Amino acid sequence: MDYDFNFAAVWRNFDLLLSGLGLGLVLALVSIAIGCVIGLFTAFGMLSKHRLLRWAAHGYVSAIRNTPILVLILFTFFALPQLGLRLGKIESFIVTLAVYSGAYLTEVFRSGLVALPPGLREAGLTIGLTELGTKVRITIPIMFRNVLPALGNNFISLFKDTSLAAAIAVPELTFHARKINVETFRVIETWLVASLMYVFACAIIAALLRRVERHLAIPG
Amino acid sequence: MEIAQALEVIWAARWALLAGLGNTILISVLSILMGTALGLVVGLILTYGNPVLRFVVRLYSDFLRGTPVFVLILACFYILSVVDIQLSAYEAGIFALTLFCSSHVGEIVLGALKAIPKGQTEAAKSVGLTFFGTFFSVLLPQALRMILPTWVTTATEIVKASTLLSVIGVVELLLGVQQVIARTFLSLELYFFAGFVFFLLNFAIEKAGRFVERKVAIPS
Amino acid sequence: MSVPVLEITNLHKRFGDVEVLKGIDLTMQRGDVVSLIGSSGSGKTTLLRCVNLLEDYEEGIVAVAGEQIGYRQQNGRRVRLREREIARQRAMTGMTFQHFNLFPHMSAIRNVMLGLVRTRKMPKDEAYATAETWLDRVGMKDRKDHFPGQLSGGQQQRVAIARAIAMNPELMLFDEVTSALDPELVSEVLAVVKGLAADGMTMLLVTHEMQFAHDVSDRVVFMQDGRIGEEGPPDTLFHNPKSERLAAFLKSSKF
Repeated sequence: MDYDFNFAAVWRNFDLLLSGLGLGLVLALVSIAIGCVIGLFTAFGMLSKHRLLRWAAHGYVSAIRNTPILVLILFTFFALPQLGLRLGKIESFIVTLAVYSGAYLTEVFRSGLVALPPGLREAGLTIGLTELGTKVRITIPIMFRNVLPALGNNFISLFKDTSLAAAIAVPELTFHARKINVETFRVIETWLVASLMYVFACAIIAALLRRVERHLAIPG
Repeated sequence: MEIAQALEVIWAARWALLAGLGNTILISVLSILMGTALGLVVGLILTYGNPVLRFVVRLYSDFLRGTPVFVLILACFYILSVVDIQLSAYEAGIFALTLFCSSHVGEIVLGALKAIPKGQTEAAKSVGLTFFGTFFSVLLPQALRMILPTWVTTATEIVKASTLLSVIGVVELLLGVQQVIARTFLSLELYFFAGFVFFLLNFAIEKAGRFVERKVAIPS
Repeated sequence: MSVPVLEITNLHKRFGDVEVLKGIDLTMQRGDVVSLIGSSGSGKTTLLRCVNLLEDYEEGIVAVAGEQIGYRQQNGRRVRLREREIARQRAMTGMTFQHFNLFPHMSAIRNVMLGLVRTRKMPKDEAYATAETWLDRVGMKDRKDHFPGQLSGGQQQRVAIARAIAMNPELMLFDEVTSALDPELVSEVLAVVKGLAADGMTMLLVTHEMQFAHDVSDRVVFMQDGRIGEEGPPDTLFHNPKSERLAAFLKSSKF
């Protein structure tokens, strides 16, 4: 193989790649924040006494988890306008990713809630907290700390999924990489740098998350 | 009536869509099979390999898992052509999915083999089994049962990721559907249809996985 | 005589098809200490849990300080109270559990403060002072900033007692407070409970410690098959059991 490596073209456009990486992180952060709210409600729905709520929650989770995310992205962006719901590319992508992550986080939160000893809820009730108060003050905070590692993994894979925003021309890292590839023909350099940026970003996020976990860990 | 119209359109395009579905299945099956075979090797090296080999394979796996699968597909598609490996988009896509699958299966295998208590190896040695004897009659049968549920999830991940090949022009189910949309503008109905078919496919894989799990479960 | 602290009349409780409480009557006056004994499955823990409605009950009346717990009568039918009402009623009693159930994400003093601040609406500094007083009382003041995971079982149980009693309840419910403890930690917890009894706290206990039940109680209730089998002062009950069942039970409990 005779290929002359020349990274100059990639370095010239490095600021574009960096801004793309930044946008990907923001997209993932906003989406997981919304996804957490959705996931929390659906997790309680799954554990609800009401059969209808349980069915709805299971239906949502199983529909989203078994559908390719690219189909969801295209559906939200291209098909929902037919129903009169017209969103910008970025908003549309965030909505998709939030609904998508919500389904995965539902599972995370549900298993976190189930794993808590039932006595905690009862202890909350005996000091006069309401069911809601017990959830807000006791069950959710403890569950949240326990599922932090799983939450972190979800965030990392969500961040990687932001690469798919390129499919609807959201200018994140993969979008810029494709553009640089086409404009400069420095194919190997472009994709090597782009994937290494993802790899290092994921590694840094993972390290940061471990620090957060240690910081939030319950002593003892 | 738009639903009737959509059904008519789908029926009219049935052969093209079936061909797309066939491609989706073929791509997925090939990637999963080759990826699993490669992944077993990855997992074994990560567990038993010498330090140098282990280090190299660890880099391989971490790099692949840190890179979004979409970037992997684009990179394989563009890079392979410039280094004079003449692969069609179809083949390049399968190659990328195989790599992706291998890294995930590798980690699953590593995790399972590590999770088997040390006492099992010691007990096997104490009845006179060799390394291979221990591995094939004691460790592997236990590891495979542990691997099964996560492996099934990985399989559905591959099926979902196969939609990304549509972006490099492989006419699998999603691109087949998109071609119909381009002619008919029925994006809502047809994206929904695509999502539904993928849902059925993955749902079936999951159910089949559960069935096998129950079949091979160790009685307790 | 004033209004009884606890008045249970004809209490029935079912789990599905199984009736676990088959008509219980029990009255406690202020300052009474009553121990519930009996083999497992006799319904004593369920009875305790009906008092603060951790278990619903189907029939009969549980009243604390003259107020029916959990339900009211409306046009001759029982209606479950609103959740906020039930929460308020639960705070009239304090409860400690076999497995302590401290909130693992809060320090000892924050465990005690939570109910004071959230339920009693006490200002934070006042709640802190109250919590500190009670932690001191159970001998845990010097560990007030420790988290439950950093405390021994006996220490956790003492914090749990402080958490319950700081709410100034009408009635304390103790559910097998020493069952989950290593033997050497039992006495420190029992000493705290005895101290509270000596102060005149009204207490209903479920216990397997017969000697302790004998020493601390004004009255002992022997439960069998969801009914009250025998009831009386500890000396009578332990030394002159009327029924074969109680005699056999006491023998097996190595009293």
